[in-house]
Amino acid sequence: MLKIAKYIILDIVRSKVLLAYTLLLLAISLTIFLSDADVTKGLVSITTVILIIVPLVSIVYATTYYFNAAEFTEMLVSQPISRRNILLGKFIGISSSILLAFFIGVCIPVCLFAFSATGITLMISGCLLTLSFISLAFLTSTITRDKAKGIGLALMLWFYFSIIFDGLVLLFLTLFADYPLEKAMIVLTALNPIDLARILILLQLDISALMGYTGALYQQFFGSGIGIVFSLLMQMIWIIVPLFFALKIFKKKDL
Amino acid sequence: MMRSLIVKIGLLLAMPLPLWAHTIIVAPGTKVVTLKQAVNLAKNGDTIRVEKGTYISLNTIVDKELTILGQNQPILDARYQEEVLTITSGHVKLDGFIIQNSKTGSMRDFAGIRLSNVEFVTISNNTLVNNFFGIYLSNCKHIQVLHNHVTGSNNIENSGNGIHLWKCKEVLLNGNYVTRHRDGIYFEFAKKCLIENNFSEKNIRYGLHFMFSDDDTYRQNTFKNNGSGVSVMYTRRIAMLDNTFIENWGSSIYGVLLKEITDARIEGNHFIRNTTGIYMENSDRITVTHNDFISNGWAMRVLASCNKDHFTQNNYKGNSFDVTTNGTLKEIYFNDNYWDKYEGYDLNKDGTGDIPYRPISLYAQIIEQNPQSVMLMRSFIVNLIDKVERAIPSITPESVKDEKPRMKLWKR
Repeated sequence: MLKIAKYIILDIVRSKVLLAYTLLLLAISLTIFLSDADVTKGLVSITTVILIIVPLVSIVYATTYYFNAAEFTEMLVSQPISRRNILLGKFIGISSSILLAFFIGVCIPVCLFAFSATGITLMISGCLLTLSFISLAFLTSTITRDKAKGIGLALMLWFYFSIIFDGLVLLFLTLFADYPLEKAMIVLTALNPIDLARILILLQLDISALMGYTGALYQQFFGSGIGIVFSLLMQMIWIIVPLFFALKIFKKKDL
Repeated sequence: MMRSLIVKIGLLLAMPLPLWAHTIIVAPGTKVVTLKQAVNLAKNGDTIRVEKGTYISLNTIVDKELTILGQNQPILDARYQEEVLTITSGHVKLDGFIIQNSKTGSMRDFAGIRLSNVEFVTISNNTLVNNFFGIYLSNCKHIQVLHNHVTGSNNIENSGNGIHLWKCKEVLLNGNYVTRHRDGIYFEFAKKCLIENNFSEKNIRYGLHFMFSDDDTYRQNTFKNNGSGVSVMYTRRIAMLDNTFIENWGSSIYGVLLKEITDARIEGNHFIRNTTGIYMENSDRITVTHNDFISNGWAMRVLASCNKDHFTQNNYKGNSFDVTTNGTLKEIYFNDNYWDKYEGYDLNKDGTGDIPYRPISLYAQIIEQNPQSVMLMRSFIVNLIDKVERAIPSITPESVKDEKPRMKLWKR
């Protein structure tokens, strides 16, 4: 399993796409930090960018790579290696190389310029977000056989989580404005890894006091130990569950 | 004739003090061991000097025109049994004491220093610790309260105001520091007062609270991290100049809350990291100019009940929301402000943008209707709908706009 991961890492690290992604993140973080004296504001801007770019690149790149390496997978399957090990090896390989890019592109600048509770939250949420979207990428890749379909599905998923979902939430809020929705909102948040990451970061930043009663409830929940554990757990579920289904499909799949 | 009369009057005024004024010294272990004894012994115009030590003072009443000076900060202690000191005579000067432990209660407002129906009194350089009310002025005129350090008990159920004025006129508060009281500085029916260089922080309720106090001027004060910020109500013709409102942060906490204020001038203030910089309700003819609103949640919340207010030459920078409202704003004028969210251009390079800026964003309107949608703050969709609305305004109020937004930050 780890050997497969190692091959994949070596393969990806040499590719130009990952390098470009690293440089893009690095450029964004450095530009924001260097152009704005206010570190907190810089973190807010980085959050906004990361919440769009990181899921997109993670899911699309992982899907593309999965399909591009289909022949390698076929070759591996013919070897005496369990399918579970093959898929997990691939997952570890791809995710660790994308995480490496995120680490260089975001974590290092944040550590240098804005090492604080908010910064740490940003880094952790960013990493978890990367992992959950790679996991989703694996699910889409195993579901379909066709590369174009797979990438299309991946893009759809990204579009859903970063735009449509929030639009639906907004619609939901407007339709049911007369009802107490605080608890429902916490559940809704948990249904979207991007929202989870965003709320976790924003609670460290400006949002908490702005939210009045809702905010107090949110702060109480997500600010508490249980809330943090809950949201980390939810992020974990967003990593594990798609991967689990991907594994289940992959095991039975006729390649 | 006239001249000699003036000389005579001058002599009459000048002579008595050096001729008959005595100095009475209060010190432990001497004939006079309490301030009360000294006041009984003294005559109008005398000076009482209190040496270093701790004195029990159960509501010592100063009913003569005295100068009372504390040497090396003597302590007057009421041991939670009474008020500490009450001044009922005019022309008193009280300087340099530590005044502590007044009684608390719900029937009477026990105070560290109480001034009642007096004129021309100066309270300076005192340290008040752990009193129910700190300095309490009722029905006074021409009072100076200078450089006092007032610390309360921070007890939520049993805390009075730091400096409390009721029905006063022409009072000067300068250089006082108030903390851990209910309201730091409280004014009710206090007119024509000047409040300068005071520092009010970490009070349980408001840093400054005034009602029905017309024609007051607040200058260069700092109100920091108070339980509910600063609240001003039912008052006409006030001026708030060069004050700093900082870190009044939390739900329903305001930098300044204005309610039924008319003809006020708010100039040169700094609102930094407050949940809401200014909250305005029923406030008419207010000019807000040359202020800095930096890193607030809401820079301003102007309710629809406000009229004829002018906002000019302010800086709005790093606020989550610039302006919000709850309905249709009428006759609210924005002009020549700097907005960091402005995305217009300046083709003729005259320093003002060529297209108007609308300070009320669509998302701010949505939050107004539905507070729970705050959960979507800074999400992609919110940025998207805000951008669309800015490009093609349809829902945000047409009337609220800055026709000449400034391109660069106002330098002060």
